[in-house]
Amino acid sequence: MASRPLIFNIQRFSTHDGPGIRTTVFFKGCPLRCAWCHNPESQSFAPQLMVDEDRCVSCSMCLAACSQAAIARDAAGRVRTDRARCIACGACVDFCPEDVRELAGSPAPSAAELAERLLADRMFFERSGGGVTLSGGECLVQDIDYLEGLCRTLHDEGVHVAIDTCGFAPRGHIERLLPYADLWLYDLKVLDDEVHRRVTGVSNEPILDNLAFLARSGAVVEIRVPVVHPVNDSEEAMRALAACVTERVGAPRVSLLPYHTTGTGKYRRLGIEPGQEAFCAPSAEQMDRLVHMLVEQGLTDVGLGG
Amino acid sequence: MADLTITRFDDIAAQQLEAIDAALAAVRSHGAPMRATSHATWADDRGMNERIKRLRHQSETTQPYLDMERALIETATYLRHEGSVSVPELRGMVLRDYFANKTISIEPGELIVGEKGRGPQAAPTFPELCCHTLADMHNMNDREQVNFRVTDDDLAAQAGIVIPYWRTRASREKIMRAQTSAWHDAFEAGIFTEFYEQRAGGHTCLGSERGVRAGFDEIRADIQAAIDALDYMADDHAVAKCDELHGMLIALDAVTILAERYAELAEHMASEESDAARAAELIQIAENCRTVARDRPRTFWQWIQRYWFIHLAITSETNPWDAYTPGRLDQHLIGYYRADVEAGELTRERALELLECLWVKFNNQPAPPKVGVTLKESGTYSDFANINTGGITPEGTDGVNEVSYLILDCMDEMMFIQPNSNVQISRKTPRRFLRRACEVARAGWGQPAFYNTEEIVDELLAAGKSLADARRGGSSGCVETGCWGYEAYPLTGYFNLPKILEITLNDGVDPRTGKLIGLRTGDPRSFATYDELFDAYVRQMNHFIDIKVRGSNINTQICARENPVPFMSLMTEDCIARGEDYNAGGARYNTTYLQGVGIGSITDALASIKYNVYDHARFTMDELLGALARNFAGDADAPIRVLASRRTPKYGNDDDYADDIMRAVFACFRDSVTGRPNMRRGEWRIDMLPTTCHIYFGEVTGASPSGRLAGEPVSDGISPEAHADVNGPTAVIKSCAKMDHASTGGTLLNQKFTPSSIAGDRGLDNLADLVRSYFDMGGHHVQFNIVDRETLIDAQRHPEAYRDLIVRVAGFSEKWCNLGRELQDEIINRTVQGF
Repeated sequence: MASRPLIFNIQRFSTHDGPGIRTTVFFKGCPLRCAWCHNPESQSFAPQLMVDEDRCVSCSMCLAACSQAAIARDAAGRVRTDRARCIACGACVDFCPEDVRELAGSPAPSAAELAERLLADRMFFERSGGGVTLSGGECLVQDIDYLEGLCRTLHDEGVHVAIDTCGFAPRGHIERLLPYADLWLYDLKVLDDEVHRRVTGVSNEPILDNLAFLARSGAVVEIRVPVVHPVNDSEEAMRALAACVTERVGAPRVSLLPYHTTGTGKYRRLGIEPGQEAFCAPSAEQMDRLVHMLVEQGLTDVGLGG
Repeated sequence: MADLTITRFDDIAAQQLEAIDAALAAVRSHGAPMRATSHATWADDRGMNERIKRLRHQSETTQPYLDMERALIETATYLRHEGSVSVPELRGMVLRDYFANKTISIEPGELIVGEKGRGPQAAPTFPELCCHTLADMHNMNDREQVNFRVTDDDLAAQAGIVIPYWRTRASREKIMRAQTSAWHDAFEAGIFTEFYEQRAGGHTCLGSERGVRAGFDEIRADIQAAIDALDYMADDHAVAKCDELHGMLIALDAVTILAERYAELAEHMASEESDAARAAELIQIAENCRTVARDRPRTFWQWIQRYWFIHLAITSETNPWDAYTPGRLDQHLIGYYRADVEAGELTRERALELLECLWVKFNNQPAPPKVGVTLKESGTYSDFANINTGGITPEGTDGVNEVSYLILDCMDEMMFIQPNSNVQISRKTPRRFLRRACEVARAGWGQPAFYNTEEIVDELLAAGKSLADARRGGSSGCVETGCWGYEAYPLTGYFNLPKILEITLNDGVDPRTGKLIGLRTGDPRSFATYDELFDAYVRQMNHFIDIKVRGSNINTQICARENPVPFMSLMTEDCIARGEDYNAGGARYNTTYLQGVGIGSITDALASIKYNVYDHARFTMDELLGALARNFAGDADAPIRVLASRRTPKYGNDDDYADDIMRAVFACFRDSVTGRPNMRRGEWRIDMLPTTCHIYFGEVTGASPSGRLAGEPVSDGISPEAHADVNGPTAVIKSCAKMDHASTGGTLLNQKFTPSSIAGDRGLDNLADLVRSYFDMGGHHVQFNIVDRETLIDAQRHPEAYRDLIVRVAGFSEKWCNLGRELQDEIINRTVQGF
């Protein structure tokens, strides 16, 4: 029995996840554990409390709000949150004057209700050729009845729907959304499966199979590749990826997304340790080289960024 | 027997006139002061070529300075003629004598000639409106921001001649004396401001057929024909009309005299010029001036020169709010442009150069310094000239033409605060034009602003204009809608919507002073429902609108009596046909605007009370009132402030809970004001714009139920309160679009973006689509500040490194360094929309 998905953000005026002015829904929970993930709050399928202790002024207004006695002052008088006791109910969030506390993940409203909220910006969608993007986490592993209902409603309203996915999802889920999705933003990381398992925790085999399936089904696919040094920014790694794409899909639009470090603070706020592996952003020159290389490989529509 | 020798009055006057001549000689002996800019030499200044770079550099490196010529010459005119001629004739004589006797000069390289004062950056004064005290003059010379050079000779002239003559005659004194104590109480409490106490009614643009095309001799004949047609047998206003029309003839002579003086000067300079190319230019300038002194302009160049003389006459005759503008410059010029290009007499480059010369002229005119507290608080030099580019033609077709693109190029190149250029975007506007405008706006200095043509037309139709006249309209000043060349639509003051809630919550008392200034609407603790509170608020609002309207109606009549404007009248239909002055209802349409300020703040304040006190009982009215009185500084106040400021519905998030309250307040304000008679045969209407007044209104308003602290600025225009909008620009736009813009005379929306968020072609498209979407929904105006928060913070710390940084304030841009600290903070704190 599937449960109502959790949503950790609805971003209006999102302009990097598909064409035009869009609203992007970020569902919470992901089967992958990419070592460079910059949205670590998207990984778990449960709500999580995020606390930016660096900005906390220890005013202690949150103490009274906590029913679990998970918040207390330490010996130095600083307010600390005991993660073991915290049930991520979010009661403390309302009482924080500094916006230090944030609850990542709240239950999605019904599909009909969510669709209505997303339609709020339909005038912008229609003007700009934009629409709605379902993202995550991984949206395709959420309750598929819910997703199908949402996508159908949006589709019937004439809204352009994009699915932003890592591709690691049951084939049946993809099949059910096919009639309603106008665009698939499909993430690929690295072709070498051993490396893929190491840096994401899963094999890329089902991902590549699903990609081929989408292409066969006539879906419009845009490939998105996070470029992370030293994982996949070598010419060799990128050449292999390009060959795989041309073989399975032809020459879809490809976007290279250079790695950035904005996610590191989020690990701290979630109270979890980031992976030990050190990554860095490829240089602008290297990105340009990669773009040229992909074009030479026959991928005619290659861009930087979303 | 006593000696009854009669001293001739003429002898006294003669002595005074001699003293004026001496004072004129003294004040003229001082050259223009200089100042530093970030462009060290002319060569690294902006401009398409050396000529423009030099002119721009001169304009920017000249320190604005007080110019006493006008006040002294005006005083002499009054000494000679007051009492022996009618007031409109006397006002015409003031302009004529000024233009006949003022210092004139042609700067090196200039192609368009004429200055309002003695030279670039000279600021004449208007003592007949408000007379500067010596303290005012010291203040304007000494203060750090927006200072005007004042010499000892200026001070001596002010002390010896201007103050003794004008101190009790100035309109400002008469206006203040005419008001009730209730008006003074509300005025001092900061419930509203009064425009007529600093400048004359303004807000007009070139636009009538006569104004745009006719030769001055043709207009002279039109006026004479109107005089000849006066019916002394049946018309009981015939004599007054005759006086007004004669005033127009004298005022028209003034501009002919000025143009001919410039023609003579140019000829003289040509005869002494060693450079043959420059001599030829001077001869052409002379011919231009001589032509437009009496006849229709024949070329692109002559049209611009003619406009500039009209601009000087309008802004020298009186000191109208927001000066004057050529309106639809692109449409006025396109016929001349095409003909001249066809004839091989004009190239695109030359046309651009002439426009850039005109832009320098606008930039050379500082706004005349204000008086008293307003002088102290006003952080702007600019005399507004809002040029509308694009839009539609009077026939309703797309108005974008070749000159429209030239104007965008000129704007982009010159990067001047004035003219305050904008684009009108209609359904018919080509995407190419919109994108080019977005590209210029993306440079980050707030221009062009974007206006919605269809909405402007709707607003004018709603106000009773004909369709053809409505299509001729646009926005002037900040965002105010008017029917150019056919309408007088002065603004009368800002109205502090949030402050009225503070008065309501204190049962009519202003807690700052303890004075009872409003109605006794009851202790809010006794209100059982939100509706009771809202009713009390609306009663207080109506009370203050009554006071404001009554006061401004008095001032309108004083202005009409004391300061008719014959030149402005002859440029505005149907003043000649009616024989009536622009300030007295002579225009075809006559609107009076009241500008509502702080709609975002009042909405959030009421939403907080409704949500927290009545709907969810998160705190009581008593707890709230206590917290407000303590400015949230009490021990128990922090949780109240957190709930009110962060966990409560806010305007600007596309949340109907708050937005419905906005609509209710807006409707009450609009309905209370709109349709009241304005003493010029027209009606009152509302605008929603702040200029910089949201800072002042914030200073006089205590803590708000929304969590806003005492003294912090209230929201600007129809923008949300600082930090209230958290759902991005589309949500802001949707909230704003829930207001019925068509029933206003203009609304103002600020949006701030980070540069990275609108980078690239994609960013440009998104910006263009955002504008289009807002306009589809009926938005009136939107403007952008595109600059990093970090840059602004750095600029606040190191102003010397940012002398050139220009930001959008309200309906205008201003140099960052000219803004007061509070205004800088407010702009830094406006929510940044990144994407």
